[in-house]
Amino acid sequence: MMIASVQTLAQLRDIHRRYGSTIALDSIDLSLQRGEVLALLGANGAGKSTAIGLLLGLLPPDRGEATLFGQAPALVARRRSGVMLQSAGIPDNLRVAELLDLTRSYYPAPRSVADCVALAGLDGLLDRNYRRLSGGQQRRVQFALAICGNPEVLFLDEPTTGLDIDARQRMWATIRELVAAGTGVLLTTHYLEEAEALADRVVVLNRGRVAAAGTMQDVRALVSQRRIRCLSALDVARIASWPGVRSATRGHDGCGHDGSLARIEILTDAAETVARRLLAEDPALGELEIQRAGLAEAFLELTRDPADADAGSATDQKEAA
Amino acid sequence: MNASHAIAADAAAAHSSLRSYLLEARYECLRLLRTPSFALPSLLFPPLFYVLFGVLLNKSSGDAARYLLATYGVFGVMGAGLFAFGVTVALEREQGFLIYKRALPMPPGAYLFAKMAMAMVFAMLISLLLSILAATVGGVDLRVSQWLLLWVVNVVGVLPFAALGLYIGTLVGGQGAPAIVNILYLPMAFLSGLWLPLKLLPAWIAQLAPVWPSFHHSQIALKVIGMDAGGSLALHLGVLTGVTALFFVLARRRLAAG
Repeated sequence: MMIASVQTLAQLRDIHRRYGSTIALDSIDLSLQRGEVLALLGANGAGKSTAIGLLLGLLPPDRGEATLFGQAPALVARRRSGVMLQSAGIPDNLRVAELLDLTRSYYPAPRSVADCVALAGLDGLLDRNYRRLSGGQQRRVQFALAICGNPEVLFLDEPTTGLDIDARQRMWATIRELVAAGTGVLLTTHYLEEAEALADRVVVLNRGRVAAAGTMQDVRALVSQRRIRCLSALDVARIASWPGVRSATRGHDGCGHDGSLARIEILTDAAETVARRLLAEDPALGELEIQRAGLAEAFLELTRDPADADAGSATDQKEAA
Repeated sequence: MNASHAIAADAAAAHSSLRSYLLEARYECLRLLRTPSFALPSLLFPPLFYVLFGVLLNKSSGDAARYLLATYGVFGVMGAGLFAFGVTVALEREQGFLIYKRALPMPPGAYLFAKMAMAMVFAMLISLLLSILAATVGGVDLRVSQWLLLWVVNVVGVLPFAALGLYIGTLVGGQGAPAIVNILYLPMAFLSGLWLPLKLLPAWIAQLAPVWPSFHHSQIALKVIGMDAGGSLALHLGVLTGVTALFFVLARRRLAAG
């Protein structure tokens, strides 16, 4: 019990939360341990930001319990946590050094400004007005504000959106460094490679429910799906019935001289077999592309409600007709 | 691990908020001083109007220069309170900054404290500018105690308008807030006799005037220089305190509801 309370930094227990008639989270259990990165994946509206909001005490749960350091997430617990929201809405007309100065004052033992600059890559930005920074630079400042308090737990809501590859790699390196020193990180992301680069464990949310959870290894094993895109006159409803095909959808941009060709997208576990069959059945098929499916999409596909899947193929048929 | 955990928990519990309050207030002032669309009209319009109507267009008497010193002071701090709170709170709510601040361990009262302090700093500056103009080009001659009292009345008098502005900021978005504030601000100034004394206006306007908080504020300011309508000081103070408390509580409720 003692050990659990020391190791568990943040926890949601049997959480329910709705907005009006929309269920944002339904029976969610989740816990973040010291020294690990937990990635929270899911489509927009899946409940990721709501989960973070509950853990920070920004919203009360309708049922269940959210705890940070074993307590209700109030001021004292927040003094040990850092946060980067999707949009921070930081006022334009303060300088980076001033934002750091103010945010550091909230914490009992903040990092030095020099450390913040080094860890977040803010060299030469301290005297700049926040408004005059590029989107990527603003994101780095927000990251600096998240880590400036030397937090034991870090909530990062899509931290690398808008960053170039260098800056992203650098942020990943910093996150790994912090985690090695014992910080727990709750990360939401859309990027498969980001979850793969950082996460020890993954939780996939789908419409407010945990659709899948496990270690990164478990998850990799599940992601066997690939996505095939092509331009073809074949009927998507028929493709959808082939073995190994999870779904086939037709794009809206019909083309070809008589509009008979359509951009088709197929999710499949057997990309080679399906591609061979596509080429055999439609010699005119063009622009063939095969990609590994994104982690979040793959999970959503794997865990889609049967009712939705039916509705989906009905749409396919209607569109195909 | 246990020991460091306990130390971190103790440090978090013991951390003093005082510095955060002061820094929050300082940066709030800096932010708005660096926002010309707020700072220039707030700081310059009342003195400009005063010079125009109280000095240049006023050939008759020193009375007008004195009267308008008091009422343009009210006009100025009313604008500072309404705009500083109404517009910034509306924008910060809309842009997600308020949520971000709540997610950070900002001491809970620091946000409103900072805005209150900023509104009072602007009120001080406006009052100071008006006093300098009145004493020099306006030829207004007051006792030291009257100058000081007028200044205090202006600085404290920003609070009811700050509370009203805060409430507006919790109701409307960043685009709508300036419009709503102006719709309240300018008519209320006129109808309270801030631009022209009420006795020069139609009787119904004078009868309606006690409805407006700015009327009560201006009566207190005019009392300092002996030009008020003779109402009870306790009544004026009571109304202003009530307005402040009412809108503050309403706004708190709106903010707590998210």
